[in-house]
Amino acid sequence: MPADFISNLYVFILAGFVGFELIKRVSPLLHTPLMSLTNALDAIVVVAAIIIAGRHETRLTTILGAIAVAASFSNMVGGFLITDRMLRMFKSRGSKQS
Amino acid sequence: MNELALQQYLDFAYIAAVVLFILSLKFLSSPTTARWGVLAGEIGAALAVVATLFNPEVTAYRWVLIPLIIGAGVGIPLGLVHMTAVPQRTALSHAFGAMSAALIGIAEYYAGIVPVTRFEMGEIALEVIIGSLTFTGSLIAAGKLQEILPQRPIVYRGQNIVSLSVLGGALALAVALVVNPAHSILFPIMVVVALIFGVLLVTPIGGADMPTVISLLNSYAGFSAALLGFVLNSKVLVVAGALDGSSGFVLSVIMCKAMNRSFTNVMFGAFGQVHASAAGVKEERVVRSATAEEAADILTAANKVVVVPGYGMAVAQAQHKVRELYDVLTKKGVEVRFAIHPVAGRMPGHMNVLLAEADIPYDRLIEMDEINGDFPQTDVALVIGANDVTNPAARTDQSSPIFGMPILDVDKAHTVMVIKRSMNPGFAGIDNPLYYLDNTLMLFGDAKQFVGAIVRELGGGH
Repeated sequence: MPADFISNLYVFILAGFVGFELIKRVSPLLHTPLMSLTNALDAIVVVAAIIIAGRHETRLTTILGAIAVAASFSNMVGGFLITDRMLRMFKSRGSKQS
Repeated sequence: MNELALQQYLDFAYIAAVVLFILSLKFLSSPTTARWGVLAGEIGAALAVVATLFNPEVTAYRWVLIPLIIGAGVGIPLGLVHMTAVPQRTALSHAFGAMSAALIGIAEYYAGIVPVTRFEMGEIALEVIIGSLTFTGSLIAAGKLQEILPQRPIVYRGQNIVSLSVLGGALALAVALVVNPAHSILFPIMVVVALIFGVLLVTPIGGADMPTVISLLNSYAGFSAALLGFVLNSKVLVVAGALDGSSGFVLSVIMCKAMNRSFTNVMFGAFGQVHASAAGVKEERVVRSATAEEAADILTAANKVVVVPGYGMAVAQAQHKVRELYDVLTKKGVEVRFAIHPVAGRMPGHMNVLLAEADIPYDRLIEMDEINGDFPQTDVALVIGANDVTNPAARTDQSSPIFGMPILDVDKAHTVMVIKRSMNPGFAGIDNPLYYLDNTLMLFGDAKQFVGAIVRELGGGH
């Protein structure tokens, strides 16, 4: 097994546990914004897409990469935007009066 | 700057992004800090994207910048959709995310001018299979939520065998590729078979199961990104994918518990079939109904009111009328709270977002476990567009298909009022004994109009 795989596996397992503990603490009130936020974070695959498209190796890989750049960046922009819109709406009684 | 130093700066940018992503989720633990979470996530993402543009491998900027502009052009309107459309937007973004992960995996395979090892082949094949099936599965889910496709489960005999054979076929092709990576003709076939499996996976699942399915697809989309991180040896993808994947997984577990069902039951259970037979036995029972005027009188006399919203409220777009009802009753000194079942609506937390949008303070939105003990002291439980989550048969009737599912104990309130279009059984087709109880009053009509009529009787509204 390649050494890279092992180190990635360590990172994956640790990040998985961190995610598990963090998500458990998120109030059920915010489960919809949670999903749109993690979606926006997941759109970080855009960095891989940028490299594939920007390397410009073959026509096929460049086109596939470019489509992936557009699709994942739309998730990133849209995901953060809608999460913030949702969270702005959550007001407590105190803040509503002020 | 030499290339090695530059590479180190890029790595630091990615590490900073990872830290900010973790903080982002941490800030989400409370509504008071949640918006900081978005900011942290945005800074992290921006850092990573800008750093990547400086990567020396990136030379063809035209192929990067134009897609980025197109992506922003698509993403901004998708970020501005109406709150009732959030479930389908979420499903669509799962599709986009999974598609990106699959396309990058496919590109990586074809870019492999250097012959790939068997191990790498296995990683790529698995990543592309999960990405592809999540892509089509999420598209079907989005189509169902947008009601382009029928929301009822589409089932036929031997469905599970067909679906599982297709998945088996995709995996067999992957194994064949691992055995001999030179058989490149098998790769596109494998992708197509995985795409077909995604369609087969979600078509039999009904609308009421969408909260679980959308969470599962969320999880798959995350894990496909993490696997892509393995393929490309990119730790930032591994971490972001693991966070997203575990988030979807935790939500799926919560949704399944809230329906007292297992994953396999949701994926292969074909919910609709069970109910078709259960709905068959029905005797004539007495139902008492009331007018808006009578309902208004009962609400005015109450001290404590609990409103139970469901998907029907969202369909009728009644949330703003419900807010007016909340305002006018609060002004009269009635304590109004909202009981939120975890699977009310079409995705986790759906009801909270709709009610928050209607300006109802979030501290009035109470989770099921917290409010259930209060129903015996509640004067009026007002059910608006919720059905199965209030069905007392889940507690008492062992033969009921939803027996054992945690419900909101509205039947224990002194008076139950249910706004409903007609006596037709609900979405899942299960009869609800709640409607025949002595303390239940049925308010027949459209949720938005009926709540509006009550508000007028109470002298509020516009």
